[in-house]
Amino acid sequence: MDISSIFVWIHATAFATAIRESSYLFPWIESVHVLAITVVVGSIAVVDGRLLGVTSMNRSVASLASEVLPLTWIAFLAAVLTGASLFASHATGYAANLEFRMKMILLVLAGINMMTFHGVMGRATANWDESGVAPWQGRVAGSISLVLWVGIVAFGRWIGFSNVR
Amino acid sequence: MSGSVQAFSDWLAATPASAEIQNVTWVIPTVQTLHILAISIVMSSALLIDLRVLGVISRVQPIATVVHRFLPWIWCTLVVLLLSGSTLIIGEPGRSLQNPAFVAKMSMLVIVILLTLSFQLGLRRDAHFWETSPGRRIGGKLIAAITLLLWVAIVFAGRWIAYIDVDSA
Repeated sequence: MDISSIFVWIHATAFATAIRESSYLFPWIESVHVLAITVVVGSIAVVDGRLLGVTSMNRSVASLASEVLPLTWIAFLAAVLTGASLFASHATGYAANLEFRMKMILLVLAGINMMTFHGVMGRATANWDESGVAPWQGRVAGSISLVLWVGIVAFGRWIGFSNVR
Repeated sequence: MSGSVQAFSDWLAATPASAEIQNVTWVIPTVQTLHILAISIVMSSALLIDLRVLGVISRVQPIATVVHRFLPWIWCTLVVLLLSGSTLIIGEPGRSLQNPAFVAKMSMLVIVILLTLSFQLGLRRDAHFWETSPGRRIGGKLIAAITLLLWVAIVFAGRWIAYIDVDSA
């Protein structure tokens, strides 16, 4: 079974059809999607700013992250659920859309960056806690994260200016 | 009133700046991207402050410390939002100025700014201003809850500008 038939199937589900044919469902779901993304991006930027040594320098990375990242994950879950709903409503169109594909690629890269950082630095973060500026690995991960999330927002916005349908 | 808004909107749409913003295809999406990134900073800063005041997170940190950490980001980023938002209005005045979603967004923005200023003013007088009596504690939490809801509503109204047809509204 090839992948495009899966998108055709998603597109034809009652759920996707309901969103596509309603005049208010898409804007409402999209509003929640944008709200969720603002919390995801903003809260990640708070942690990245600390990793780069720009903000929150009076706090340890670990305590800041443990406080902010739960909010990030809640918002990320909301963004995924709403994003999947929006995708379903025009599944075949989005699957073929360049901006959408770029957004998904950057999202995967952001995930890899995060997991690599936790894998490499996970245990060590406890040691460089209070010492102020994070080691270079932390600064690199923070920079990559910021650039990727700016790209994700940009491609996300550009989807709205391209032809999906 | 709406006649003068219409006249202003028409005049703005006829300016060379408006034509430039509309004709260069990347300007509007780029400025909208910048606008959303700035909203991310404001939204997350407001969320972290308000959740602290409501007692949901960072309870080990004093309210004044959290406000001092995040509130300057809200004020600075609001300037970015006003500039990027104005650019979008100059580009497409007809889409926004008479749009009920835009009017609601600006009205809520004024209220949220006034509420945030009043909260900040209390802290200026006394770092524990919002904790010294049960009444003030409730007042502070009320302001935090209302500002958070207003910021959420502002984001929603912003997105709905794109969906409300001004001619039929």
